[in-house]
Amino acid sequence: MSLDLDVSLTRGAFRLDVAFRAPAGLTALFGRSGSGKTTVIDCLAGLVRPDRGRIAVAGETLLDTDRRIAVPTHRRRIGVVFQESRLMPHLSVRQNLVYGRRFSRGREEAPGLAFDDVIGLLGIGHLLARRPAGLSGGEGQRVAIGRALLSRPRLLLMDEPLAALDAARKAEILPLIERLRDGAGIPIVYVSHAVSEVARLADTLVVLEAGRVAAAGPAEALLRRGELGPDHAAQSGSLLDMVVAGHDSASGLTHLSGVAGDLSVPRLDRTVGTPVRLLVPARDVLLATRVPVGLSARNVLAGTVRDLTPLGEGAVRVTLDCGGAALAARLTQASVRDLALAPGRPVFAVVKSAAFDPQGIGTGRGLGAVEI
Amino acid sequence: MDPILDRLGLTPDEWTAIALSLRVAAVATVASLGPGLAVAWLLARKRFPGRGLLDGLVHLPLILPPVVTGYLLLLAFGRRGTFGAALAEIGIVLSFRWTGAALACAVMGFPLMVRAMRLSLEAVDRRVEQAAATLGASPWSVFLTVTLPLALPGVLAGAVLAFAKAMGEFGATITFVSNIPGETQTLPSAIYTLTQVPGGEGGALRLTLISVALSMAALLASELLARRLARRLGAG
Repeated sequence: MSLDLDVSLTRGAFRLDVAFRAPAGLTALFGRSGSGKTTVIDCLAGLVRPDRGRIAVAGETLLDTDRRIAVPTHRRRIGVVFQESRLMPHLSVRQNLVYGRRFSRGREEAPGLAFDDVIGLLGIGHLLARRPAGLSGGEGQRVAIGRALLSRPRLLLMDEPLAALDAARKAEILPLIERLRDGAGIPIVYVSHAVSEVARLADTLVVLEAGRVAAAGPAEALLRRGELGPDHAAQSGSLLDMVVAGHDSASGLTHLSGVAGDLSVPRLDRTVGTPVRLLVPARDVLLATRVPVGLSARNVLAGTVRDLTPLGEGAVRVTLDCGGAALAARLTQASVRDLALAPGRPVFAVVKSAAFDPQGIGTGRGLGAVEI
Repeated sequence: MDPILDRLGLTPDEWTAIALSLRVAAVATVASLGPGLAVAWLLARKRFPGRGLLDGLVHLPLILPPVVTGYLLLLAFGRRGTFGAALAEIGIVLSFRWTGAALACAVMGFPLMVRAMRLSLEAVDRRVEQAAATLGASPWSVFLTVTLPLALPGVLAGAVLAFAKAMGEFGATITFVSNIPGETQTLPSAIYTLTQVPGGEGGALRLTLISVALSMAALLASELLARRLARRLGAG
């Protein structure tokens, strides 16, 4: 299952010229507002007709302006979760959820996505008799996700589904999206302008800038190399696959372990043995050439310098190989010179526990082979 | 005759006028619903050449003197009229028949009906319709399951307005189909006739009160319906 998209359109002064290929899994469309993320979603859903282009999902052509093919929205089998829930106000929650059913008869049901499964997954069983007007923002969005899933789509589009929600509601829905990504087997295109969401969810990342693709590729590599556009280059970081090793209630920390070594992070509400995926911000990584002693930071990872990339303005990205995992550190040129850092040199990376954003720590899913 | 209704002291002719008026208004309203909805939808949603002309045509009966509208109907649908002759051949005669009165009332009420429906269609959230399409609903299904239910308060309001207008229509009706007791003499025509004959004041007053009561009842019914619908949508 893959998605191929190559579209261009002009609307007034805005020009969109986007092409990318998304493999299975969750593909994040990342960029500032006005970069064309939502327009790409609308093109995929058939709500906007590009001037020129081609869209194919799992080998089936949905749009080909040269061949005059344009499958209408209702025959695309693409589920959409919008920024606002867009529930039908005259129908109950249950009626909203089953709305798509009548149009998808005869389609085989994705395993684990029967009505009761979806209700259970989203925790909306108690809302079934309610009207959309009586739902909170988070409840409405969960119903909207359920409604899209129950229409048996072959691709799910999520256009900043958390944008209108507060932090607590986001924390409630992010794990659901992870479970969808890992369990439902439906490819997802997820629009976001939050690095923490992308770090947590994305397998593949497509960075949009002013209607063009600025970067596209595996999320792990793009995040580590800071290819997130000018606004977010400073938020670059490395994704590490780890497992919850234990909790220390006295210190309020959770211990994680992985191939890179052991890390302590602010207490995570996950059971021991749960795989997690962690963003280590490059600017929060310090390097030392000897084992640091007398240090307040708790996290020390041993590794070898792989390469050095000048970032401009006197900054350098140092990429380490920590037991097979890639870890990037953002240092000044002066530090690199003082420490005489060069490829092959063994070093120790130091990360403060407080540097980890619990919102950005997601459920793990193999990052695959990491090319360092 | 029903003894309770009998107590109102209405003469059989007056009863006939009331029954005829109700029938004419009901037929006019029901028959306009489909075309009214179609025109309202076109005006609310589509941009096409001739849209302004259609808009103007629909509103014409609102600004023309009713007599003029009635006369135009006579020219078009009279026995020797443009369409009337053709319709007569297939057995449909409108002039000087109650069906003609219904046509006149429908034409006069049409702009009111279309206005109300159009406003409510314009108020329907297009984004919800888009969401329905992404769930697999064809444009026709979207209209039936989303657009129409959401616009229903306005559609009903339009129907009630058209019904009330039909109950009161006088000028176009009397010009097109005249004032024949039992065939085309509706409530307003009957009141008019009674005011023209000596000793008709009592009957005119009775029918006037009935007319007021019927109009008020229609208005109240639509208000109740609209409120119930609003509650169902959770907006109330």
